Amino acid sequence: MQNRGGIILSNTETVPGKRIVEFYGVVTGNTVRAKHLGRDIMAGLKNIVGGELVGYTELLQESRNEATDRMVEQARSMGANAVVNVRFATSSIAQGAAELFAYGTGVRVE
Amino acid sequence: MGLETIQLVNFLLPLGLLVFAYLLGAWIERRHYRDILAREAGLRSFPVVTFETLPDNWQVESVELVSGSVVISLDYFKRVIAGLRALVGGRVKTYEPLLDRARREAVLRMVEHAQANGYDAIANVRLETSRLANSRGDGNGTAGIEMLAFGTALSLSRR
Repeated sequence: MQNRGGIILSNTETVPGKRIVEFYGVVTGNTVRAKHLGRDIMAGLKNIVGGELVGYTELLQESRNEATDRMVEQARSMGANAVVNVRFATSSIAQGAAELFAYGTGVRVE
Repeated sequence: MGLETIQLVNFLLPLGLLVFAYLLGAWIERRHYRDILAREAGLRSFPVVTFETLPDNWQVESVELVSGSVVISLDYFKRVIAGLRALVGGRVKTYEPLLDRARREAVLRMVEHAQANGYDAIANVRLETSRLANSRGDGNGTAGIEMLAFGTALSLSRR
């Protein structure tokens, strides 16, 4: 997760070393993903011996990145240059599908 | 194949799978712990804190949201043991090392990412755990447990 196109992300209440001059309100981004069949079969085999399910780790990371991107896009359209107090949430909404959700507060810092 | 042979196979196959899962699962876990301990020893001087108030003498140059995650699953043998344990209740010992090592792995990945990108510390670290739904939908088996660690990486000009 980089500082996407000039938008600073932080999960602290302020951006350390900077001062918040304006608040724009809550910004959110989400994505719903279902599991890939091929990955599911591999994960099924891996379930026998335990350990990391690499395919799922990557899948969730990509999805979380996308949710974050959408959040950043919303912040940018509001005129914010930073999103503070970012939180992540994951919820299983249906069989084999999960929602990944990112939210924070869009602010202007200087 | 006679009837006895089929019965024998039906009995031995799950048993063999259980033994196989036990041996390989235990080996994977031991290897993972060795790896975690070695990497943690190397990162001991890197400050990773769960609070967001920084010491007064830290001068922050730039920040970045960093995260590390891992999806991990229990081996077949331990799942069976945990299932039996659930009948009588009490401490489910087989799950404890799984969650512990997944969490430490997630933190390590986050810290390693921050260090590789030239940051000096991570503030306000948060840990989250979520269980992935399995596609079978019968409640059996598991699709794994995701551990997520995230925090604000800080680049310091003075500390």
